[in-house]
Amino acid sequence: MNGIYAFLDAVLPIAALRFSFMKNAFCAIILLTPLLGLLGTMAVNQQMAFFSDALGHSALTGIGLGILLGVSSDLVSMLVFGILWAVLISLIKHTGWASTDTVISVFSSTSVALGLLILSRGGSFAKYSTLLIGDVLAVTPRDLLYLLIALIAGVALWFVLYNRLLLTGINASLARSRGVHTRWMEIAFMVMVAVAVMLAIRWVGVMLINALLILPAAAGRNLASNSRQHAAWSVGIAMVSGVAGLFASYAFDTSAGAAIVLCAAICYALSLLGRVWRKN
Amino acid sequence: MQKNLFHPGRRYLQPDPMCRLCHIDLNGVGVVRGGQTLLRDVNLHIHCGQMTVLIGQNGAGKTTLVRALLGEVAHTGSIRHINEQGVDIHHLRTGYVPQHLQFDREMPVTVEDFVAAAFTRRPVWTGISKATREEVREALAQAEAQDLMRTPLGRCSGGELQRVLLALALRPLPDLLVLDEPVSGVDQRGLKLFLDTVSGLKKSHHLAILLVSHDLNLVREYADQVALVDGTILLQGPPDYVFASPEFDRVFGERDRDTASLGEEAEA
Ligand SMILES: Nc1ncnc2c1ncn2[C@@H]1O[C@H](COP(=O)(O)OP(=O)(O)OP(=O)(O)O)[C@@H](O)[C@H]1O
Ligand SMILES: [Mg+2]
Repeated sequence: MNGIYAFLDAVLPIAALRFSFMKNAFCAIILLTPLLGLLGTMAVNQQMAFFSDALGHSALTGIGLGILLGVSSDLVSMLVFGILWAVLISLIKHTGWASTDTVISVFSSTSVALGLLILSRGGSFAKYSTLLIGDVLAVTPRDLLYLLIALIAGVALWFVLYNRLLLTGINASLARSRGVHTRWMEIAFMVMVAVAVMLAIRWVGVMLINALLILPAAAGRNLASNSRQHAAWSVGIAMVSGVAGLFASYAFDTSAGAAIVLCAAICYALSLLGRVWRKN
Repeated sequence: MQKNLFHPGRRYLQPDPMCRLCHIDLNGVGVVRGGQTLLRDVNLHIHCGQMTVLIGQNGAGKTTLVRALLGEVAHTGSIRHINEQGVDIHHLRTGYVPQHLQFDREMPVTVEDFVAAAFTRRPVWTGISKATREEVREALAQAEAQDLMRTPLGRCSGGELQRVLLALALRPLPDLLVLDEPVSGVDQRGLKLFLDTVSGLKKSHHLAILLVSHDLNLVREYADQVALVDGTILLQGPPDYVFASPEFDRVFGERDRDTASLGEEAEA
């Protein structure tokens, strides 16, 4: 860790990065945003913004249930619940009982209510409020290790699965006729999103995590004309907004999650201009 | 049921001599969904080297039958794939052109990305290699869609999309090619081209082709076998036989037969 700190000091001699909490936060953002940027492209193309939003909210339930069951780590309970939640949604989606939006909405509101109910027992929700807005300055070196593992595993999976996910998203029957296990593809993607979201949620917050997944990819769509450009723009915008937002929040002493998302929103607005310009 | 066709970078056009399909037999196939009987007691024979065309009114169950054949919906009865020695084949290669594609029209995925994603394992977000690009171009050229390489998938017209899908369905070369209404939304020239391409393949590669079509004139011209669908197979046989039958009149009324035969006279 000290080696990394020394490296950061040498490469980025910025006043704000003097403090080790800022160095940790900076590393966390550099590790997390590329993964969110990549996953976001698929989430946007398959119109799953609502799914990931609801997934973020389910973190509350995960933590609540974790407390009830006596699980000591927030992260573990959020991850386990998030993954179960994602698998359940994709299974129910396949029964075709109701439209996906409706299913997600029912599940999401139920799980948020359940989470709030548990966390607010004895009128003590206030101590969980950082969960809503996140706290990027609380990143520990151990968290960074998790993020590094998630980044490597996530990008590796993205290498292996992307083409099949793309075919599945365009037409599942067609993908199946070419030997793709579409059910597994969908579940794998939802689980990847669940893991990335749960890892990020403590720094970015339940309220804004979805924006960080969706905004860079949505902006990328306005600028890209093929898959490669989309991935590049989305990752680039996610990383730039992450870093810019972190420094802005330090300078103005605000929530980092909010500053990062606002930077991404500015990128989105600029991308709309870029799109108009491209068309002309 | 189906073999994993997701082989990277394989040269596809040589048919595998080990697993040549001869015919597909459907026996007493039925499909029930949501308590509704969509198909009952379907008996149909699809032969290699022939184009079998399903005709029938909207909602007759043509797409449902196709989906049962592809293993997409649960069905009763038996569907057997049989080779020249009369032995069942378990790994049938199917090329499928679906009736509709529903996807986000705004997504930045080009035709090239889409086809390359089906052909290779290298993820298309890392770019497309020269070799793959050539392979994609060749495949698209077979369906006269090579000009669409750089077009975003969402900007293709209905007919253009069908040609792209045909190009995809032909690689790897399938034993059975299933085309659900590729005619809708394709202009007359495009339509002829499409069916000529498909008929050529039928002869050169001895493919079994199952086509769903509403264009009775073209059915008469290109079909080897016609099956009349209305919740079941009412009749199967050569086009002239089916078009002259009382069952055909019952389903389509006299008017359509007149149109169909008018078309034939215009050809002659
Ligand atoms: N998933 C489903 N559940 C219940 N009923 C269905 C389902 N899919 C289709 N149907 C019904 O099955 C019937 C046959 O539909 P199908 O799509 O096979 O018709 P088709 O012959 O392909 O029609 P078209 O010419 O319009 O394409 C229709 O009445 C339709 O409403
Ligand atoms: Mg149909």
